[in-house]
Amino acid sequence: MAGVSLDLQLLNLCAALLLLLSFAMLSQRRIVNLVNLLALQGAVLFVATLLIAWRTHQAHLYLSAGLTLGLKVLLLPYLLHRLIRRLQVYWDAEPLLNISGTMLIGVLIVVFSFGLAQPISALASTATRNAIGIAVAVVLLSFLTMIIRRKAMSQVVGFLSMENGLFFGAMSATYGMPMVVEFGVALDVLVAVLVLGIFFFQIREQFDSLDLHHLESLREDAAARRAE
Amino acid sequence: MDFLLLLASPLTGAAVLALLGARRFAPELNIAFSLATFLAACALTVHVVSAGALSFAHEQFFIDPFNVFLVTLTALVGLTTAIFSRPYMRIEIEHGRVRAPQLRLYHSMYQLFMSTMLVALTTNNMGLVWVAMEGATLSTVLLVTLYRTGASLEAGWKYFVLCGVGIAQALFGTLLLYFAAEHALGAEGVRALLWTHLNGVKGQLEPKVLSLAFVFLLVGYGTKVGLAPLHNWLPDAHAEGPTPISAVLSGLLLNVALYAVVRCKILVEGSLHSALPSQMLMGFGLLSVLLAAFFLWRQRDIKRLFAYSSIEHMGIITFAFGMGGAVANFAALLHMTVHSLTKSAIFFAAGHAAQKSGSQLMDHIRGLITLSPTVGWGLMMGSLAILGVPPFGVFASEFLILTTAMREQPWATPLLLAALGVAFAAIFGRVQPMVFGETTARRLPHPPALLPVFVHLGLVLALGLYIPPYLADWYRAAARLIGGG
Repeated sequence: MAGVSLDLQLLNLCAALLLLLSFAMLSQRRIVNLVNLLALQGAVLFVATLLIAWRTHQAHLYLSAGLTLGLKVLLLPYLLHRLIRRLQVYWDAEPLLNISGTMLIGVLIVVFSFGLAQPISALASTATRNAIGIAVAVVLLSFLTMIIRRKAMSQVVGFLSMENGLFFGAMSATYGMPMVVEFGVALDVLVAVLVLGIFFFQIREQFDSLDLHHLESLREDAAARRAE
Repeated sequence: MDFLLLLASPLTGAAVLALLGARRFAPELNIAFSLATFLAACALTVHVVSAGALSFAHEQFFIDPFNVFLVTLTALVGLTTAIFSRPYMRIEIEHGRVRAPQLRLYHSMYQLFMSTMLVALTTNNMGLVWVAMEGATLSTVLLVTLYRTGASLEAGWKYFVLCGVGIAQALFGTLLLYFAAEHALGAEGVRALLWTHLNGVKGQLEPKVLSLAFVFLLVGYGTKVGLAPLHNWLPDAHAEGPTPISAVLSGLLLNVALYAVVRCKILVEGSLHSALPSQMLMGFGLLSVLLAAFFLWRQRDIKRLFAYSSIEHMGIITFAFGMGGAVANFAALLHMTVHSLTKSAIFFAAGHAAQKSGSQLMDHIRGLITLSPTVGWGLMMGSLAILGVPPFGVFASEFLILTTAMREQPWATPLLLAALGVAFAAIFGRVQPMVFGETTARRLPHPPALLPVFVHLGLVLALGLYIPPYLADWYRAAARLIGGG
């Protein structure tokens, strides 16, 4: 890797860490740890944003890094931890797929993502080519996390991690979106978590549990049965 | 000024009703704010008629022929739904299904939802379109769960997860769009997401990136349009939430999401010079029509029945935009208008019918016409209108779409005709016994507001008989803008 400057190497390191954290999320069943991994992902994102801001001397990126630090590293994990304590959901049930199978699918997803990102990476003049493939992989891995989890709480963590992946994609492909959009997205994410908090209490009041198998009566066949 | 009022009125409404939403006069306040929004929309329309396309706030917002009529339509349906919801929600309180805090949430979120719709329609910034669409999901998810029943919580969760994940795909699509734009426009920063600028340079945008972007955008916003196979949230959310929300989801949200898809299609088609976007729209549209026609047969719940009918009609409109060209686009825009008016009118009538019978199950709703001729006739006329019986406006637009399909895509015409026939049999067969025969209905504590039903149906009838020249000019200008074909 001669000729690659230190900050670029650091950036690639960040990308690799993000990917690693996504895999860690896939296998983690303790919800508290899942939230910690999410916070860690936010922290890596924060460092990556700072690095890019420093490289490109764009003032608004520092602002964006601050937003990441405040929202994704501090506020959201705090809110989620509080929710976990108040709802007392600490463990996810056995996932729908065993860990080794999930990991295998995860690896295939990464390969697929790099293929998908090929036309974009080819255009990117920046040296962050690998980063785009990794961003796509993080998004799809979070998607997988959402699919195989049973508890509503871990699905939400998957959802937020997907947003992290998208944000990293924006950073590495275009040095961030326009500020007004970034603020809007951040606001939406924050509101989403607040709304979900209310929502969880409603679910628990109704079913005494946050397990999503209670929420499976509205399929077409089931709806027809219920009516009969 | 009028533009500022258009966005400020629902936002202020949301804030004021968050405080006062449970008071006795809250429904009237809700109507007042919706009326202010509607008047602002009318003033803006007059303004645009005299001055042509406008832009505001450093080009972040704009009005062109494509969105101006949608803005007016959105504000109108917002107003009539507010009028309908006044007695409806009062009856729900008397029946003990809703309590004061929920009513406050309902009124506040209703106004917030209206403002997100208007922002999504008027903004020039593709990123803000995304923010507003996500805001629309978030503001309505707690309304779907308003009754706190197990089924409504499930519907709300499904709505949140499917639309949330769907719309995350759209964010990635937007990101790719921005990436391509930065390459074409240079380092213009903020400008690179403005639709008008993108439209100016669409020929230079990198086709490979844009085709990828379109797939993500179509899947993302398509989830909110309710296109099959991403439609699963739609019937549940419509059936389990309060009826005014079903009316605005069907009448407004689906339209606005489709609007976003079409805006993207214009850009991508300009860059690709291939039929890929059109074919994708036609494919998704046709699949939705066929799937909805199939599922219509199996419905027992009146609101689910008409939710599937919405999927069918959104499919028809998407198919028409996919065909492209002046006539198909014109028909699609007209169909957007009449579908939105008719479907919300049907939900108004169906909501009161369900309240009168104490059940949403169609087997329990019988003989509406004996106790309440207006609800009965409203439901009957609405159903006939949505099924495309002449002389209603839906007939005119469907006729245009079908004749264009015969010329442009002959293979699709029999499929469309069959689906329309199946839908006709399914819906008419269901509605007829609900309206006529022995009655199961009871009296309601508040007289229902049926003025909105007949105002909407009257407009649809008028549009079927005669389209005023300025409206036709708009549709034509918008159809030219959308192009394709």
